[in-house]
Amino acid sequence: MLTETERREIEQELKSYGRKRAAGVEALKIVQRHRGWVSDEHLEEVAGILGVTPDELDGTATFYSLVFRREVGRHVILVCDSISCWITGYEDILCRLQNVLGIGLGGTTPDGRFTLLPVCCLGVCEQAPAVLIDGKVHGNLSPEKIESLLEKYE
Amino acid sequence: MNEKEKRPNIERPLTKDMRTDGQALDIKEYVRAGGYGGLRKALREMTPGDVQKAVSDSNLRGRGGAGFPTGKKWSFVPMGKDAPHPGFLISNSDEMEPGTFKDRILMEGNPHQLIEGMIISSYAIQADYAYIFLRMEYGESAKRLSKAIAEAYANNYLGKNILGSGYSLEMRLHLSAGRYMCGEETGLLNSLEGRRATPRAKPPYPQLCGLWGKPTVVNNAETLSNVPHIVKNGAQWFRGLSCTDDGGTKIYGASGKVRRPGAWELPLGTTVREILEEHAGGMREGLRFRGLLPGGASTGFLIEEHLDIRMDFDSVQKAGSRMGTGTMIVMDDRTCPVGMVRNLIKFFARESCGWCTPCRDGLPWVEDILHAIETGKGRHGDLELLEEHCALLAPGNTYCALAPGAVEPLQSALRYFREDFERHITQKSCPWR
Repeated sequence: MLTETERREIEQELKSYGRKRAAGVEALKIVQRHRGWVSDEHLEEVAGILGVTPDELDGTATFYSLVFRREVGRHVILVCDSISCWITGYEDILCRLQNVLGIGLGGTTPDGRFTLLPVCCLGVCEQAPAVLIDGKVHGNLSPEKIESLLEKYE
Repeated sequence: MNEKEKRPNIERPLTKDMRTDGQALDIKEYVRAGGYGGLRKALREMTPGDVQKAVSDSNLRGRGGAGFPTGKKWSFVPMGKDAPHPGFLISNSDEMEPGTFKDRILMEGNPHQLIEGMIISSYAIQADYAYIFLRMEYGESAKRLSKAIAEAYANNYLGKNILGSGYSLEMRLHLSAGRYMCGEETGLLNSLEGRRATPRAKPPYPQLCGLWGKPTVVNNAETLSNVPHIVKNGAQWFRGLSCTDDGGTKIYGASGKVRRPGAWELPLGTTVREILEEHAGGMREGLRFRGLLPGGASTGFLIEEHLDIRMDFDSVQKAGSRMGTGTMIVMDDRTCPVGMVRNLIKFFARESCGWCTPCRDGLPWVEDILHAIETGKGRHGDLELLEEHCALLAPGNTYCALAPGAVEPLQSALRYFREDFERHITQKSCPWR
């Protein structure tokens, strides 16, 4: 069940858009903000609020790479794998992340602390290579900086 | 006028007022620097038609990559008392073209400039609602734009009866959730309606039948940021900022292994060499220049012989590429061209929305071939096969420009770096690894 707060936030969001269905992505993100991801149960509830079928909303939800339909860790690391980061050595960054965390892309550490995902160009190419952790950019990375960077996230 | 002799006025209207500490200009600072003066002038002294004419006369061309004349784009919107309402104006702030980071700099540094540009542009096409379509990863832009929109409402630059003019406009920030396709004009409209961001068939064009079937204009954030300055200082002044016949400055940028990656506001038509060598500082120690993508991942390579051309829409096109977003990605001699193209194609294959077959099935196929070549499993005939794919994914065969854009770097790489591709196949390994 969605909480009162979630419902209120979604209702509020509906006012920003001409029609209810337009608030779909935003509504899913509200659920995700509170729970980390969007389960089938919550997706169905949101679909009810928007007046669309769950399948229709799931079609939307699964299109967007930053709407998570599977459980993720407490912190989500998005590793930019686009061209400027590729040229400046993102592969070494990714390799170090995978080794330190013991997971591959799409994986979550057994303690639920981190999920590792690829992302396309973060638009911070002047600071390449870069990653985004919980919405915060970390640029000019080198493999040596990875461990101390991760320490900031409990 | 002879283009070569045109000397621009060196001014930096888009960035000159920005703070040096990286913080956003707040509304007080913006107004003190003359901000919202363009809006006052437009509402008090100009009809919507006058604003459209000023923008047309300024020769402003879209900064999102395609370079379509902004005034002309607006001119297709139905005007007058029988025009359908509500009409929409949208800032395409979904900057996801790999290697591009110019709109972020404008939105983070001077959010009110974009908002003022959007209000004036909305007035020019008599839109009732304005949306900023922003990519989710731009959290800092989101924070600053939200604050700026609230400030604009509090000062009656937005809302009902703006500055007593009788014109009303509502503005909302829409934060997206990933996917490159959202930056495609009609994919963006579908996304804003809460759907998958697949493209729509054109015609009808969005100016007639856009968001919810109503007249809609989608302009890039940098394009819109120019509008207050055009209205305030006039079309002639704006044309004078450029080295070419197209008006204005351009936010150019460079990334890759250059000494000083970054972005700079320069006269439109500054040469590739000046951007690369003077502003980006040339290549890092010990590296040599081999080529560059002039404006994002979907633009074809330029090489040494092109360095003295001007970075403007027509000149880069004449050289066989496109200026695109104007933020160049530089390739050095220690970077494998096959690997670079494979990375680009991988991006496009992943971001394809799957709506039409050539793109959905063609790009992963191309990626497979490139992967084989890169890992020493390439076969004779692969390059011809890649060329065939380039032809099959050319404009006209797909719903939108994603696949045609994707093969631009590939096609040019096959021309300029063909020997490198062949070496991979004959040596059965990557010479760079």
